[in-house]
Amino acid sequence: MRIESEKQLRDYRKKLADADKKLTKKIMVCHGPGCLASGAEKVSEEFEKQLKRKKITGVTVGSIKKTGCHSFCEKSPLVAIEPAQILYTRVKVKDVAEIIEKSIKGDEIIERLVYHDPHSNDAIPKYPDIPFYKHQTRIALRNLGKINACDIDDYIRVGGYEAAAKALLKMTPEGVIDEVTKANLRGRGGGGFPAGRKWKSCRAVESDVRYVVCNGDEGDPGAFMDRAIMEGDPHTVLEGMIIAAFAVGAKDGYIYVREEYPLAVVNLQKAIEQAEAIGLLGDNILGTDFSLHLHINRGAGAFVCGESSALMLSVAGNVGEPRAKYIRSVVKGLWDKPTVLNNVETYANVPMIIANGADWFTSVGAPKNAGTKAFSLVGKVRHTGLIEVPMGTPLRTIIYDIGGGILKDRPFKAVQTGGPSGGCLAEQHLDLSVDFDTLTKHGSMMGSGGMIVMDDRTCMVDVAKYFLSFLVSESCGKCIPCREGLYQLHKLAIAISEGRAQESDIEKMEHLSEMVVTGSLCGLGKSGPNPFLSTIANFRDEYLTHIRDHKCSAGVCKELIKYEIDAEKCDGCMACIAACAFNAISGKKTKPHVIDQELCTKCGACVAACTREAIMVL
Amino acid sequence: MVSLTINGKVVRAEEGEYLLAVIRRMGIDVPALCDHAAVEPYGGCRLCMVEITKESWDGWKNYVTACLYPAEQDLIVNTHSEKVIELRTSLLDLFLARNPETPLIQKLAADHGLTKTSFEVVPEPNDCILCGICTRVCDEMGFAAISMVNRGHGREVAPPLNEAPPDCVGCLACAQACPTNYIKFEDIGTTRKIWGREFELLTCEKTGRPTITREFAAFLSKHRDIPEEYFKVNDEAHRDELASTMGRITRWSVQEETK
Repeated sequence: MRIESEKQLRDYRKKLADADKKLTKKIMVCHGPGCLASGAEKVSEEFEKQLKRKKITGVTVGSIKKTGCHSFCEKSPLVAIEPAQILYTRVKVKDVAEIIEKSIKGDEIIERLVYHDPHSNDAIPKYPDIPFYKHQTRIALRNLGKINACDIDDYIRVGGYEAAAKALLKMTPEGVIDEVTKANLRGRGGGGFPAGRKWKSCRAVESDVRYVVCNGDEGDPGAFMDRAIMEGDPHTVLEGMIIAAFAVGAKDGYIYVREEYPLAVVNLQKAIEQAEAIGLLGDNILGTDFSLHLHINRGAGAFVCGESSALMLSVAGNVGEPRAKYIRSVVKGLWDKPTVLNNVETYANVPMIIANGADWFTSVGAPKNAGTKAFSLVGKVRHTGLIEVPMGTPLRTIIYDIGGGILKDRPFKAVQTGGPSGGCLAEQHLDLSVDFDTLTKHGSMMGSGGMIVMDDRTCMVDVAKYFLSFLVSESCGKCIPCREGLYQLHKLAIAISEGRAQESDIEKMEHLSEMVVTGSLCGLGKSGPNPFLSTIANFRDEYLTHIRDHKCSAGVCKELIKYEIDAEKCDGCMACIAACAFNAISGKKTKPHVIDQELCTKCGACVAACTREAIMVL
Repeated sequence: MVSLTINGKVVRAEEGEYLLAVIRRMGIDVPALCDHAAVEPYGGCRLCMVEITKESWDGWKNYVTACLYPAEQDLIVNTHSEKVIELRTSLLDLFLARNPETPLIQKLAADHGLTKTSFEVVPEPNDCILCGICTRVCDEMGFAAISMVNRGHGREVAPPLNEAPPDCVGCLACAQACPTNYIKFEDIGTTRKIWGREFELLTCEKTGRPTITREFAAFLSKHRDIPEEYFKVNDEAHRDELASTMGRITRWSVQEETK
């Protein structure tokens, strides 16, 4: 079957929706990366096995959906029961029989499996009521957890490809560009450049060939927004690209996926084949004379290939090294042809803008920062996971309401946004609104949306050191400021963390940073010193304590700390003695233990083993 | 043609011509270590960075590599502003940390008032400045026998898998183009050694002296349409041949004229 008109698409969708209504209960098993890692596949297999055996009226094996990421990764594996909107957390294979018996056959809620408020310990069975979900607005991630990623029918059922049909059959390419421009959709990869303007410039260049490219080379440590979309809702990426290609006049498109995301490659490939089979992709899409062929390229693990010029060289089969962009890629991009490159999340927003209009899109978010932004919220927060909030949401809402506050209620210290070359914001920034312009103004950046929360046990010199070391090893090495400059910055950060630095070294680092920012060839180098610049701006005292007093107040920098046992608190349980791999702790049962400083390697195993918090970091 | 201002002088340039060419035509000295006539501009050493602005930019200035920035109408370029010199000096400070014993770097650094790096010298310094001229020349020749390997600070020029490169023909273009003579080779009798490979040199039928490697001759005759006979004699013999031919032509034309 090929779908060749809007009516055919609508009729087909109605048929699918009617069939879906016949299912009285649906079991949505999260197959996102976090849940798969905690055994979701076994859980869904068990559901299939038991449903086959039990034959429950109105519930078939088809009622089980292996969906994309439900996002509340902290509580994985997750299973939602629809349409009741019940969310079961940390579901084990042994829980499956009980869920079927009570919640599928009956309408009972299993209290022990639902989310409990960490403070009041009240059970919150329905996910829309859980604070983690309540404060979110989902546009790009709208289908995650709602549909089966590998089933085009499920995507069409929830309105998929209607925006593409609207664009191709009822709009002109210029009309599409105008709508996206009016919506002020800014690049979600981090740059924040208006997509509409990019598309317009690309279309304006005289050329026989143009390309659309999707950047799925998400490389920031701890970030998995694009991964979740590519794995859990691949058709939305395709639909966004179809609309973009129609707008700029491209016949070929490339999706660049990092090698570390094999499931994304598989699901995108399946999606392409499914869409081609029914005439929604490939030649003569929806019976029109517009054709688009999409290809998948796999990256080979270089962080720098997320940089646009390096990515395009990599797609073309060359070494992924950035080149000067004095001539922009909308003029000379892939194979020197005009090219539109957008990020996965940007494309995922496009169908919603076309379907609902620019005014709807700008009604969400903040001025000049329309719509939402997805973040992966990780670090020392209670509720880690994937979130999407309207632009302009205060950091405090994200960390305390959605994230549930800091683990063990420790004091908040900083939040790192924007990936390795982003920056750290401090407590005085908690009420800042999260949007492209505000974050940049305060020395951090939106980046692709990694958000790492840190508590008072995090040393900011150590954080700067870690991110610099990441950038040193991921620099391509082509230009001097990035290759040698970041290397020297990292060396100086190490010297500070080991108490070998002088105060003048801070000035030296600031001077060097300025040079690296001005002198580097690509965005990676230009933003490379940010881990240092933003920590020194907000935590200068902490640097000075390391240099002047040879002390690490967070108790992290090994050269500057020592562990000692508080004889008052120690009850002589010997747990630390067992945990120490270096035989550095001695003592008798029920008598306070002692650490031999000569033998201690400061690995921290004793701190983790002690139940009485008797081990002090000095 | 476009007209632009460089260091206060109005000059004309072809549209799209790179700034470095225009700057050099004016006789202004701007260092550029990764620039080589045989290859496309690269933008790696960053030393040719200049300050650019336009009347219409409201005082905003940008810093770009002259080797890659195309000449534009009304562009105002400063090749030696205070900030540019500071930038170049810092770059050379970093170069000195990597190549402390390299005369070319020492000289450039000294010109900018630096005799010693203010940074920590790398553990195993050498003379390779990673300008990439050798690998790009090798690509242009059509061999791509050597390339940049590893990322970031561990970057180096090497043949694939650090083994004798099968695609090398021993043409010496890499060693010839290397600005710091880092690439070593050895010609002993009719044997040439480079990149861990050994090549046999053809012998000139007239002078008895070595010419080029057998592999290079084969490549040139196959891919560049140069007849194989050409390589049977060396350049010296070719010059002899040319001189005597020219002599014969001159004598013949004089005879014709006197007739």
